[in-house]
Formats: sequence, C-alpha cells, structure tokens
Amino acid sequence: MYRSHVLVCGGTGCTSSGSQQIMETLKLEIEKAGLQDEVSVVQTGCHGLCALGPIMIVYPDASFYSMVKAEDIPEIVQEHLLKGRVVTRLLYNETVTPTGVKALIDTDFYKKQHRIALRNCGIINPEVIDEYIGTGGYEALGKVLTEMTPDDVIQCLLDSGLRGRGGAGFPTGLKWKFAKQNDADQKYVCCNADEGDPGAFMDRSVLEGDPHTVLEAMAIAGYAIGATQGYIYVRAEYPIAVQRLRIAIEQAREYGLLGDDIFGTGFKFDIDIRLGAGAFVCGEETALMTSIESNRGEPRPRPPFPAVKGLFGKPTILNNVETYANIPQIILNGPEWFAAMGTEKSKGTKVFALGGKINNTGLVEIPMGTTLREVIEEIGGGIPGGRKFKAAQTGGPSGGCIPAEHFDIPIDYDNLLSIGSMMGSGGLIVMDETDCMVDIAKFFLEFTVEESCGKCTPCRIGTRRMLEILTKITKGQATMEDLDKLEELCYYIKDNSLCGLGQTAPNPVLSTLRFFRDEYEAHIKEKRCPAGVCKALLSYHINPDKCKGCTLCARNCPNNAIIGSVKNPHIIDTEKCIKCGACMEKCKFGAIYKQ
Amino acid sequence: MACKKDGVPFGGTLEQEQALKKVIAELKDTKSPLMPIMQQAQEIYGYLPIEVQTMISDEMDIPLEKIYGIATFYSMFALQPKGKYQISVCLGTACYVKGSGTIFSKLEELLGITNGECTPDGRFSLDSCRCVGACGLAPVMMINDEVYGRLVPEDIPGILAKYK
Repeated sequence: MYRSHVLVCGGTGCTSSGSQQIMETLKLEIEKAGLQDEVSVVQTGCHGLCALGPIMIVYPDASFYSMVKAEDIPEIVQEHLLKGRVVTRLLYNETVTPTGVKALIDTDFYKKQHRIALRNCGIINPEVIDEYIGTGGYEALGKVLTEMTPDDVIQCLLDSGLRGRGGAGFPTGLKWKFAKQNDADQKYVCCNADEGDPGAFMDRSVLEGDPHTVLEAMAIAGYAIGATQGYIYVRAEYPIAVQRLRIAIEQAREYGLLGDDIFGTGFKFDIDIRLGAGAFVCGEETALMTSIESNRGEPRPRPPFPAVKGLFGKPTILNNVETYANIPQIILNGPEWFAAMGTEKSKGTKVFALGGKINNTGLVEIPMGTTLREVIEEIGGGIPGGRKFKAAQTGGPSGGCIPAEHFDIPIDYDNLLSIGSMMGSGGLIVMDETDCMVDIAKFFLEFTVEESCGKCTPCRIGTRRMLEILTKITKGQATMEDLDKLEELCYYIKDNSLCGLGQTAPNPVLSTLRFFRDEYEAHIKEKRCPAGVCKALLSYHINPDKCKGCTLCARNCPNNAIIGSVKNPHIIDTEKCIKCGACMEKCKFGAIYKQ
Repeated sequence: MACKKDGVPFGGTLEQEQALKKVIAELKDTKSPLMPIMQQAQEIYGYLPIEVQTMISDEMDIPLEKIYGIATFYSMFALQPKGKYQISVCLGTACYVKGSGTIFSKLEELLGITNGECTPDGRFSLDSCRCVGACGLAPVMMINDEVYGRLVPEDIPGILAKYK
C-alpha cells in the first residue's frame, strides 16, 4: 500500500512538453528522499488541459500541479511528499483561492464537463489491465456474455440513442442491427482510429489513456453481431497509442478476455491492429476497409453497405473510438441513464478538442446541448490577448465556421448541420479577428486537394479549381463572376462525389460564404484583406507621429525599402517593399502598421 | 515532389535484405499482409526505393505495379531517402491559426529546400504534416522524435544549430 500516488500525464501533449523527463526526475528524487515504498508514481493518459502541460496530480489530496519543470521536482518531493506541505506556488492557479485550494472539479474548465468516454483518462495507468478492471472494466462484457442475448445488447444501444461519434452521427444500434441480420460464415468488427481531422485528438487520448475500454466494447460488438475477429485501424502517427493498444491486447489475451472461450461462455473474439499510412480518405468507412485489405485506400460505392458486404466481402461494422468508449458504460448503467443526457435527438456527451485562439486548449467532454458560448468562454477560458471572437470551426475539412451570431446555439448533431457546419469528430478551432476567413477556406481546400484520393472527377478536379479561384481571391485578382463560379462548383462537387470526403469538401467555403461574404467581397472589390492576413493585399506603412527615427527598421529591411534620416520619421517605399514584416517585428515604438 | 537527393544510388545491405525476407516469411500467410510488410520494409531501409519494392514483389508474387500503386498512394511511404534529421512542421488547423506557416517559411529560407525535399548533404529533410495531436503547444514541429512547441520564427536558427 502506498500512502500517496503521484499521477503524471503521459499523453502526447504532455509528453511533448517533457513529462517523461519529469517522471524520471520524480522517481529519482523520491528514492533520494527514501519514499519509494510510500509514494507511487503512475503514468496516466490525458487530463485534457493540454495547454498547461506537463501536468501532475498528487493524491490523496488531488493537488493539481501545472506546467511542471524538472527543476521544481526536488521542492515538490521535499515539501509536499515528505512534509505534507502543498507547494501552492506551482499549483494550477485556477485551483488557488484566497480561502485555500479549490478542488479541480470546481474549476471553470472541469465543472461543466461530464466525462463518460474520457472517464478513465488521467485516472488509471493505461498499461496495467488491473487498474482498468479496478474501475469496473470488463464488467460490461461479463454482463453481456452471461445475462444478455445479442438482441438485448442491440436493443439497449437503440434505446440509449447513441449515435456515431466519428462525425456522421448514424445510430450505432441500427448499424449493429443491420450487421446482425445478415448471415455469413464470418463477420468483422472494425474500429476507426484513423483520426485524420487536423486539430482533433480525442480518439488518440482515449487510446492512450484507456485502451481497454475500446477492446471491451469491440468484444461486446462481436457478441452482438456474431463476429469473432476485430481490427483496429489506427494512424501510424500515434506511436504511443499504438504501443499501449499492443500492450492492452496482450494483457487481455493473458487474462482470457480476448481469445477463445471468454468468461468460460464459449464466446470467441480476437483483435488485430492495422496501421494507417497517412491518407485522410481512409477515415471514410469503405476506404478504411479497402486499406485493411492492403489496397490503395479508395472508397467503394454504397450500397452494398458494409453491414452487408464490408471487409473481405463480409458483413462488417465500423465504429469510431469515442463511440466504443461510451458502450461499456451504457451497458452497465442502462440506456435510460445515457438517454437522460443531451438533447432530443443527440444523447449523451461529446468530446471536443479545443484549439486555436483560446486560453484552455485541450480536451473537454460536455453533455450534448451545451452552448458554444459555455464551451468557449467558460470552459475554454475565452480568447487570449483580449481579442474579439470571430468564428469557431467544427468538423475539420468537412465542416464549417460558426460566427458569433450563433454563439448561443446548443451543440448537437442537428443544430450544427442546420447552420452549415457539422459535428465531425469534434475538433473545435477558435478564430479571432486576426484570422481571414477566405484564407481559412483556402487552407482547408489545400488540405482536400492534397487528400482527395483521385477516384472520382468532381472531387479530384473540382476541388483543385476551387482552390485556384480562392487563390485568385486572396491575391486580389478575382472578379465577382469568379465568386459565382466558386459557389456553383461547391454544389456540383457536393452532389456528384462518391464519398464523404468530396461531398463535404466544399463546406468550409459554403459556410464562410454564408456568414462572411463581406470578407470575400472586400478581397474582390476593394482588393483589401480586412483581417490583414493575405500578403498580396497588404502594404506596410509608418505612422509619422510614432516614428522616432531610430533607423532600426531601415537597417533590418532586407530590400532597402525604408528611407529616412536619423531622428526623422521614415517612409516605406511600397514599390520596393517585399512585405516580409521584419521592420514591424523590430520597431520598438509600434509605429509600423499594415493595411 | 522533387528531391535534391534524387538519383542517390540504392545502398541496401545484405543484413537489410535478410531482415526483409524474415519479415516477409513471418507475415506472408497472415490476412492481407502487403501493407504491414511494406511498412516494415520502410522501417528497415528508411524508404521504399524501386529495388525494395521489386524484392517484395518477387518474394510475394504480387505485381510490382500494385506495390508501386500503394507506395505512391499513402503519404507515409517515401520513395526518396529522408534526411538524417527529419523535420516535420505541423500545418494542422490549430497550428496554422497560430502561425505555423511562418515557421515553415523560415525553415524553407534557412535550409534552402521546400516541402518533401532533402538538403544536398543529406542532413535535413523538410515535410509538412497534419496534426501530431499536440495542439496545446501550437505551433509545433518535430525533428525526428523530438517535439518543439510554442514556436516563433526566431527560435528556428537556434534549434537547427543543435543538429549540426
């Protein structure tokens, strides 16, 4: 028995900011203090507050240390672990109040969250199966195999109202029902862990922080539809997740929770890992299956749907990591418990990855129906630098930008669709007044042009034409006819593409056109970028009232475009200026501006 | 994409060939083994030149064009050798809005190469990537397995100097 447990986050965010080194130093210092039999160091998955990494929590008092540095460790060990005095100076400042230390659960970041999919992330050691079992792990599988029929399981999911968390929001129970109805000598259960949407990392966090929950849910799915083999298709860019999955599968096999005769019921199920190879389109279900079959990951037409003819031509279900992470809890707590959360048509919770211009970047799990305002202002802590909110982007390259006027919309599948965006996998990127919406649309189109698999023409060529028009707009060379053409192309590509990638590729353009058309028009008619981003439309100037004539800018200009004598206001020759911005960076008086 | 190390002769060793043959023998009879074998081949050689693809084709009795088709479809398969230090700059959305584009331009300027290229001395290669999942540290770049976060362009020369 240990009297204290120190949890160090080993998620990708914290690992990148040095948590491995923290852990080593910590173990060393604990040994130096002779506490190795009293204090245990546990590596956990993600806590969500990635902006403050590396994160360390000391139990039993749950003191939350943020942005820990290796040089702080001796003090924490000596003061806190040895003498029992919390080092308040190093605590997450939100938890420090004049009256004492506030529990983490009461901080703005955590108090509105409800963690189901992330319930074990940051709590257990993901590399030890006993810790998962200790928190109720594999109980749901036991219950399913011994007390429920496959139809009971499917009915339970249907009643819960769980919808796919990968983006499209198809009812999970229905998917399973279709796959069960089709008789075949072999069926497959697949897990989509090819989290390609840039800025979304919830699946990675679940795999890194709680891999067994995915294995358990996949086994439940196998029982429900009559499959004996599962595949997890995971991005090769997630080495820590892959490693922990491998460990988890090995341990589950050792414990008889995967393999033949699970729980002595005669039920047989095993799981293999397949690594992706960096193709965004492989997140689409048919392309993912083609890729597991070792082919170019091109989508297939549907029907036949995977529930009829999927992987290796057999009935297959494919669910996303976060969807699976909800399932054991639904089985254990009952469908009514789950259906009590959320909105009318979207039940339960959703994990969002907050990124971009927001103070608390990281991972949050909120009940469906929480408003965007609550997520950004309260949980996310608002926008840094006192700047103004402009838009929130959800759904990645398939989604759209939500402007401030829809700040109070309750987030769920249908509401987001109705304002031209989508839930997607849950990336939520916040943009402020310094972000140009045309540039953002162009950014996403560059992504889709690169990631289009090339199978069907509207997507392959259409997105390229769209990108060309957007480039013209950002350079100030476009006409209003181009804008009409752009819009027409959007609808054409949506209607004529085979898979979800093409069908949704125009969304970033359509949604910015809907809410920020004035910005497009400013680029075209006035040759001006209101946010000051599009380089070709900018020119640099010096404010003569602020310029002290220190000559620093002129000396740093690589093209000798700044003229002026000492102690007299300088002038930028816009003909010669290459718009590198070096002068603006160097000016100590804020005299240089761009417009 | 053009590579300034184009035309580097294939320098595979006997040990590498044996390692590849061992992998093939192990995986050959599993279900759809081709991509896992190609992934391991790339780990053994560092890239997948036509010589390696031909070896896989011969050993597995799979047409070379199918292997080439897969190798060129997925961005993680490299047909050209990478630098000793592989730099990848995250151009995912979260990093992009926090200015990773300027980090990328700075690297292009300092190294004299662009996306997908390698310096003539074989030291650095530069790639853009989509989200390493460290969005809390945006903008982010990786050099081999080392992650550098919260970057500003002025940090770059100092970081590169560490890899001289």
